[in-house]
Amino acid sequence: MLSVVIFLPVVVAVVLAVARRTPTGVTRWVWVGTTAVDLTLTVLVAATPAADGTLQGEEQWEWMPGVGSSYHVGVDGLSVPLLLMSGVVFLVCALWSLRATDRPRPQAALFLFLQSSCLGVFASQDLILFFLFFDLSIVGMYFVIAGWGHGNPRRSALKFFLYTFLGSLALLLGFIGLYLGATPHSFDMVELSRSGAFTGAPWLASLVLAAIVIGLAIKTPTFPFHSWLPPAHTDAPTIGSVVLASVLLKLGTYGFVRIAIPMLPDAWRSWAGVIVAVGIVSVLYGALVAMAQTDVKRMIAFTSINHMGYVVLAVGAAGIVGSTSAQAQQLAITGAVTQMVSHGLVTGALFLLAGVFYDRTGSYDLRDYGGLARPAPRFAAFFAIASFASLGLPGFSGFIAEFQIFTGSIGTTWWALIALPGILITAVLLLRAFQRVFTGPTENLAQGFLDLRPRETVSLAILLGMSVVIGIFPAPLLAMIQPAAEAVVATLSP
Amino acid sequence: MTPMDMDYPALLPEVILLATAVITLLAGSFLPSRRQVLTRWFTLGALLVSAGSAWGAVGRPPTEIFSATYTVDGSTTAIRLIAPLATAVVILIGRNFLGSARESETYSLLLLATLGTVIVGGATDLLVLVSGFLLASIPLYALVGLSRTAHAAEATLKTYLMGALFGVLLLAGITLLTALGGSSSYPTLARGLDGAPAGAVAAGFVAVVVGLLFKAGGVPGHFWVPDASQASGTAVAAFLTTVPKVGALIALARLVGVAPTSIDLPLLVAAFAALSMTVGNLAALAQKNVLRLLGWSTVSQVGYLMMPVAVIGLADGASAALLAYLVLYTVTNLAVFAVVAALPGRPTLADWAGVATAHPWLTAAMIVGALSLVGTPPTAVFVGKLLVFTAAWDGGLAVLVVIAAANTVVSLLYYLRLIMGAFRGADTGTARTVVGRTEAASPAIAVVLGITVLVAGPLVLAAGLL
Repeated sequence: MLSVVIFLPVVVAVVLAVARRTPTGVTRWVWVGTTAVDLTLTVLVAATPAADGTLQGEEQWEWMPGVGSSYHVGVDGLSVPLLLMSGVVFLVCALWSLRATDRPRPQAALFLFLQSSCLGVFASQDLILFFLFFDLSIVGMYFVIAGWGHGNPRRSALKFFLYTFLGSLALLLGFIGLYLGATPHSFDMVELSRSGAFTGAPWLASLVLAAIVIGLAIKTPTFPFHSWLPPAHTDAPTIGSVVLASVLLKLGTYGFVRIAIPMLPDAWRSWAGVIVAVGIVSVLYGALVAMAQTDVKRMIAFTSINHMGYVVLAVGAAGIVGSTSAQAQQLAITGAVTQMVSHGLVTGALFLLAGVFYDRTGSYDLRDYGGLARPAPRFAAFFAIASFASLGLPGFSGFIAEFQIFTGSIGTTWWALIALPGILITAVLLLRAFQRVFTGPTENLAQGFLDLRPRETVSLAILLGMSVVIGIFPAPLLAMIQPAAEAVVATLSP
Repeated sequence: MTPMDMDYPALLPEVILLATAVITLLAGSFLPSRRQVLTRWFTLGALLVSAGSAWGAVGRPPTEIFSATYTVDGSTTAIRLIAPLATAVVILIGRNFLGSARESETYSLLLLATLGTVIVGGATDLLVLVSGFLLASIPLYALVGLSRTAHAAEATLKTYLMGALFGVLLLAGITLLTALGGSSSYPTLARGLDGAPAGAVAAGFVAVVVGLLFKAGGVPGHFWVPDASQASGTAVAAFLTTVPKVGALIALARLVGVAPTSIDLPLLVAAFAALSMTVGNLAALAQKNVLRLLGWSTVSQVGYLMMPVAVIGLADGASAALLAYLVLYTVTNLAVFAVVAALPGRPTLADWAGVATAHPWLTAAMIVGALSLVGTPPTAVFVGKLLVFTAAWDGGLAVLVVIAAANTVVSLLYYLRLIMGAFRGADTGTARTVVGRTEAASPAIAVVLGITVLVAGPLVLAAGLL
């Protein structure tokens, strides 16, 4: 079943790529239908409880016995929320593109391919499989940016590919290190996550961790590896930005909780302080730079760095183990996973809204607009909701996430307090942008601005509605994450 | 020398290649020009038979034959399979051989060069090695020269002079080692070298390794590769960037196994590996000619291929990693050349504009091939890279692995240009008017190879062949 979830999109993608005469209307609805079916199947997998000692939807087949690698997939509380969130985001992308005119068939095929690769990363329980899907997602995104982007897409796509490919190679080195450090040699993530699986010397563990952390930090991205993100976002097509921000960035942060912490717990504890510092710097740097932006996409891109900074802060703080810190550590991990889901939904919505600017006028520049609430009231309302959700107002998913992250992180280290102003700065910059664009007299490009169309409204309502649902009824999501978070924290106890 | 050693049937694959080369040459002289195509089918059939007869040795324990001057083991079987099959693909994509004035001679030369490669790979005696080296090299000069392109003369001369220089170096090294070890056969040589003065032994090994690097096309013996790739026709370029390497690298691996511990041969090989990948990659960055770019790309690939060679005997699985990378690289390289051969008359990357819309299948094959050369999963060379990285790290050369990873990132820059060229702009149509369609290789070959590249890696491992 889980394999069907992973591979259904790519199978449809191949069919779409080969069937060159498919009418455009059919292509669009096939895309929407596939993502909807896939999301339903994901819900079914998530709803089926796992038998004792196994993972949900676990499947394992011999693949490369010679190198200790198998086709092993399975999900738990860390991956299910991200799988569901990705499914929703890809469905929304398909809905958003119902009126797309620029090569709709190859675009649908490419996004379905991308969907398979992203879902594959979250479902993998084998490092080689993980790496395979991880790299394929980079390849897919490269073609999305280079093929459908605007501005200087080739340059941005190349920068994106080079940077993240460098990251993935660092990751590969780390994986080889994990493989050689385990006795018996294995790439199996479940095996490697057993306590004491890594038998190498501590300095070796630190080197391996460094390679993995650099690889994941580039993907996340955190300061100082973030410089590929703003141009990639600015030049990517709207739904490309959405997938990049909502799903691809999570591949990095997911790797921290899935690979780095459980497989190298001792090294993680030794270097937790550094991770916390990187997280704090990312939070503050992302927020401050975002404040200086006038391009709406660049602004959202930098708030992504800020939001991912919270996640890095939380996973770092979870590594600071005290005698009574278990509960705080769990809160931090749960908060980190919640933040990944929340950021996926909310930032996805923000990038869709940014796409509306470009779609109507061709300009992302905040200074080109003013008083937009009058001609486009629905647009203004959604932008306001998305901004509030992004800055973590109570009632939205972002609040649940950031509340847990800060409670948990401060519970293990007081240094986490330094990151608090990040929330304030984000609030200021989002509200300032809102004021600039939507209030005051209608001027410049805002004149004659078309309000949201029905399909746009539906897409945005899905994403923001889910954020609200999580914000008001977080219990089901948290109940899903908590057991897995406990397991992660258990590996960290010395 | 016991008579029991003279196991002629064990040499069946080599004998078939030799006999076919001679028959093709003779038949070609007597057949009228419109019947020359018969030699093509005869050669293709013989190559398949040669590979098929090698299959018989799969799974048998390694045996030394002819007084341990030649060994039939997993590596020899691998090259007996890879080299003829790769040559068969080269002939298939070489549509321009058809009806050319030197058709049968071309096939004969290809067969002889293939035979030489197989012997270089199977030899466990320095003197057999050098005869294989010459047999593999001399036909190459003629093959490059037969191309008759504008730069062919220069490329031939360059290849010939380089070949002569490195051949002499190889011979000098062999003389030295044989004198020091009291034998030219590897098993006895290894014993004989144990007590020999380290300095002299080192000099001998350096000379032999450098000589073999000419055949492999790695630094410092790489100067001929880009010129010859550019000046020869696409099919010949595919041959000389693929087949000779296989033999040379297996020979290098055997040699490293012989070296006494008094000298640090792994370090030397590792240094040349790092140099090859770096020089090849940096030079490829600036290329605009497709074949020349691919030529430099193979120089860098030799660097990766030498990583497991450096740790033969130090890491489990180094030998398997080398063979796997060789197989997967061969398939990938041939796939990329098959795409180029299917679209003749497009010498520079700029000429590839509009190919994506006009030839979507070929473009797909090119994307798969180029990504495989980068080492992106799930394509073939990714599995190879994974294995060689693991082996090299296991063998204590983690620094080399980091260098290789950095080089892989650099290589992305030019392999992506190979892909993006096809997506740029609209087809001007000039290419097709210059060259008739008759010269174009069948796109089906490229597509089939592209699919192979996609499935080969996991399959090779899943089948547990290596």
